[in-house]
Amino acid sequence: MFRKSFGAALAALLLPGMAVAADVEVTVTNLTGGIHFTPLLVAAHPAGTHLFQTGEPASSALQAMAEGGDIAGLEGVVSAAGGQFVADPAGGILAPATASGVAMLSTDAANTHLSVTAMLLPTNDGFVGLDGWEIPTEAGTYTLMLNAYDAGSEANDELMNPGAGGAPGVAGIPGDPSGRAGSGGSGVVASTPNDAEPNVVHIHRGQLGDTDAAGGISDLDSRSHRWLNPVARVTVVVQ
Amino acid sequence: MTRNGKWPLAALAMLGLLAGCGGSDHDDPVEMRTLRVSVTNLTANQPLSPVLVSLHRGEPAWRAGAPASAALERLAEGGDGSALAAELAAAGGIVDASGSAPVAPGGRDSFELRFPAADDAVLTVATMLVNTNDGFSGFSALPVGGLDAGAGRSFVLGAWDAGTEDNAEAAGSMPGPADGGEGFNPVRDDPREAVRIHAGVVGRQDGLASSVLDSKHRFDNPVLRVEIERVR
Repeated sequence: MFRKSFGAALAALLLPGMAVAADVEVTVTNLTGGIHFTPLLVAAHPAGTHLFQTGEPASSALQAMAEGGDIAGLEGVVSAAGGQFVADPAGGILAPATASGVAMLSTDAANTHLSVTAMLLPTNDGFVGLDGWEIPTEAGTYTLMLNAYDAGSEANDELMNPGAGGAPGVAGIPGDPSGRAGSGGSGVVASTPNDAEPNVVHIHRGQLGDTDAAGGISDLDSRSHRWLNPVARVTVVVQ
Repeated sequence: MTRNGKWPLAALAMLGLLAGCGGSDHDDPVEMRTLRVSVTNLTANQPLSPVLVSLHRGEPAWRAGAPASAALERLAEGGDGSALAAELAAAGGIVDASGSAPVAPGGRDSFELRFPAADDAVLTVATMLVNTNDGFSGFSALPVGGLDAGAGRSFVLGAWDAGTEDNAEAAGSMPGPADGGEGFNPVRDDPREAVRIHAGVVGRQDGLASSVLDSKHRFDNPVLRVEIERVR
């Protein structure tokens, strides 16, 4: 009798933290009206792994993603931790108000947490992110709403610098798939130094834009390139 | 008349059967429930159109990323929820209610829906932010059929953009008190015809010279609180 009770108590202690393999389907919907997502990274990894953390400086891998949409470095972070990932489930850039394809992950037992990232275009270093959400062990459909973050690695000057602006450390926005950005702006803030914001990952303050495509202070359009959170919905189906 | 003798027997038998069904107080097959839905306008200066509350079965009235239905367009552009109520009722209506007046910023409204127990019942709540072109808030097809008596849930919700009308903020384009302009118009001139999260209003003080809105009409999410409770 005593032994049985003890066994039950032990099981109760162990079960919540017990790692199990799972089949997980992840779908990301862009909820904005005028912001594109660069290729998404959807990753399952151990609890201690992070692609980004609010209040912490951006890693070089995060900076490359947030400033230029390059997820190769973050893929390396996931792999080094023994994690698993699906790169670019949307098959390229995810347009506003559209859903990605389904990212299928058959997670190993140790990969208990889910992360998602993509750069927001056009921004200087804005990204949509999910940082280490514990994947439920109970089968079902779960919905998460994601906010827009700022990597804190580049000044939000809101000036277009097609192509070149995507390189880490190079000022400017690398592109605008919506085709609504202008040129000739004077800059919302100075391009350097980046002293208008904390140099750590934080909630994006949003963009200003203007209505002058050939001048003004911003190359962005205040009618197209603003947003309010949340900017994405993640639907997770645990089989 | 030759069968006269048989009819009274048949009629009595039927009456007896009916009495047996309807006369039992302890075996009522229909359990009535009551759901209370309370809404609070969390904005600074966006009155909400009379709130539509519908308990129904079936699919959501809108989905992020998909074009709005014509009925949703009428609510989102003009604040008139009657077409959406009819659409949901036709698809699987149980019971619905609509507010008798707009809900002022900071204001509340409350509804009680009485309905026969239905485990597959879902709830839709929708209302327009009237000082916008086609902004609205709410949720659609939230499962509530499994709520226990006394149980409740609370939500804070963001604003959706119906994607049916360009957010010009121009004079004559919005029905609310900031403009007093047009409500529903079947023309769809939004650059992206899909329901998504609203980006907020710009306003003339923030550089959109053609806007009749100003800083006091700006909003951030959340814009609406919805509390539901199964009171019976």
